[in-house]
Amino acid sequence: MSSLAISCRQLVKRYDGKPPVEAVRGVDLEVRTGECFGLLGPNGAGKTTTMEILEGLLDATASEKMEVLGLEWGRDDETIRNRIGISLQETRLSDKLTVLETVNLFRSFYRSGLEPIEAIRRVSLEDKCGAHVEKLSGGQRQRLAVACAIIGDPELLFLDEPTTGLDPHSRRELWEIIRGFKSAGRTVLLTTHYMDEAERLCDRVAVVDQGQVIALGTPVELIARLGGQHIVDFSLSGAGNPLTADEVQALPSVQSVRLDGGNFTLSVTEPHVALPGLMNYLQQTGREFATLTTRHATLEDVFVTLTGRHLQEGEEAA
Amino acid sequence: MSRRALHPLGHLVLARIRMFYRQPEAVFWTYGFPLVMITALGLAFREEPKTTILVDVVGPQAEAFQTRLAKDSRFKVVRPAESDWKKRLQSGKTNLVVETGASPTEPPQFWDEPRRADSLFAREAVENVLLHELVPERPAIAEKHLDEVGSRYIDFLLPGMIGMNLMGGGMWGIGFVVVDMRVRKLLKRLLATPMRRSDFLLSVMLARLIFTLFDMIFLITFGYLAFGVRCSGSLLELSLVMAIGGTSFAGIGLLVASRAQTIDAISGLMNLIMLPMWIASGVFFSAERFPEVFQPIVQALPLTCLNNALRGVMLDGDSIVTQWRPLLALVAWGVVSFTVSLRIFRWK
Ligand SMILES: Nc1ncnc2c1ncn2[C@@H]1O[C@H](COP(=O)(O)OP(=O)(O)O)[C@@H](O)[C@H]1O
Ligand SMILES: [Mg+2]
Repeated sequence: MSSLAISCRQLVKRYDGKPPVEAVRGVDLEVRTGECFGLLGPNGAGKTTTMEILEGLLDATASEKMEVLGLEWGRDDETIRNRIGISLQETRLSDKLTVLETVNLFRSFYRSGLEPIEAIRRVSLEDKCGAHVEKLSGGQRQRLAVACAIIGDPELLFLDEPTTGLDPHSRRELWEIIRGFKSAGRTVLLTTHYMDEAERLCDRVAVVDQGQVIALGTPVELIARLGGQHIVDFSLSGAGNPLTADEVQALPSVQSVRLDGGNFTLSVTEPHVALPGLMNYLQQTGREFATLTTRHATLEDVFVTLTGRHLQEGEEAA
Repeated sequence: MSRRALHPLGHLVLARIRMFYRQPEAVFWTYGFPLVMITALGLAFREEPKTTILVDVVGPQAEAFQTRLAKDSRFKVVRPAESDWKKRLQSGKTNLVVETGASPTEPPQFWDEPRRADSLFAREAVENVLLHELVPERPAIAEKHLDEVGSRYIDFLLPGMIGMNLMGGGMWGIGFVVVDMRVRKLLKRLLATPMRRSDFLLSVMLARLIFTLFDMIFLITFGYLAFGVRCSGSLLELSLVMAIGGTSFAGIGLLVASRAQTIDAISGLMNLIMLPMWIASGVFFSAERFPEVFQPIVQALPLTCLNNALRGVMLDGDSIVTQWRPLLALVAWGVVSFTVSLRIFRWK
């Protein structure tokens, strides 16, 4: 078997309509066996579309190559379906079935797989076995969706926004479940628009925007590529003449500067060099801080640097 | 690792059945609604075999005379004010007026309205009572009635209601359920598993047939217990007709659901298909009442075919062989719908 769980080149998907939407515009992906790979991008980036093509649920408009577990859709459908597990972005399972009945039903479709109760145990829903789906909380439903995804004991798991809309506690629970699955040597492809999720959960991340992969690597690599691992955010009080980005860029250890409506975001390699330099310069030129914070760089900063936009509209970088 | 306990088809059918009976609204619309409807219509159109005879009694001996008439329960006696009775007779509020004399022995006077049959009948009836008082030893005359069961409105209505129920069940039970699953993205989710598409479609049809069996037992038992409706043909053949009807409408339901993407779309589409058949297909009154020119269309409608076959077996005691034409047409409807829907079904 190849060491790539997923491999595709020049994946294109156009939705016909008025006007036609190019949701995926030439995506190349290589997901290695045993890794947790994340597609990180804002809403509408084309993550779901890419996933569903790889899951065999949508036909690509064009592709140069597409292999899932070394097999091809259209030739080995039944085999692939027996070996992958899927959780769609939004599926409402039948309200009136119980957790156990739902998992039992999904189990019946696979040639081999887990004992239903074992799948339920892995997502910690044992005490909800007899509960109707409609009585479950959002987090519990999502865990049930994951139970249905792993019931066939898949080698490759697709999770489309598994934690969107969940509270922090439920999100962490799901991360544990996904880590547990991965630690058994299985492969995970997930999508998310939460940068912390991608950072903590994924071995490698493809940053997706407007149907294209705009950056690819481990979270550490991607952040390192910013030039500085540290971020300095500051703004000035009204007094004094306006500060330009070029002035700040010239200061020691500053790698890049972004100015967003009076708020400066610097990525710096060495904060203990950059900060004194910045303070001195402001003092000499008669300016004062209104706010000042320093923090580690995140994937959010990577995205903002690449696109000039935030991952989640209306939400500032944390 | 485990082996699967039951074939996926079994699981799918089981899931459908559970989803149905855990939804009280669905159970009501399937079973409660036709029951209410049959009861209401059955009662409203019940034909009274006993005629009521409206008689007004006036005059000094009115009270005594009323007791004499009370022996025959058909009489409904009123004692109006003296000035009123003529008007009541004129306007048909009463059939006969008896004006009693001053003493019990004095013979009463009858006022009738000779142009009205019920008025003359009322006079005969009252005279009869008086005659029987004179001849108490009346010969015992055995009474026999023509068997009315089978010719009442309810006997006509029940097969129509069964047909309507099978149509509604097939359309809603499949159309609605399938589109609901599509809206929920559940169809897509199932498709992402190795489930065979044919298993899914078959399970929906099979579950529907099982429900049809319940519908059948339910409606026939209810019709018999509440109204004494009987099936003059064989019950087995009646079940066969119902099974064919149920399956055909399941096929039509599947066709209607093949493409619809919203609940609104499917509801509208189904009403558009069912409404004309409720009216034209002889559920409540015979489809033959429509003008001759429309008959080829009316008779070709699947519900007309089903109702004709059902009435043939239930009312006329026909065998299914005699009813081959509507049955064949029904089968054709079912097969064509099912085949087309397989081709155009929207899974994703
Ligand atoms: N069925 C569809 N028809 C037309 N446009 C679509 C359809 N599905 C998605 N799109 C569009 O394609 C783009 C990518 O969508 P999607 O893959 O769902 O993004 P994401 O999952 O990253 O939020 C969006 O602009 C969306 O509006
Ligand atoms: Mg999405």
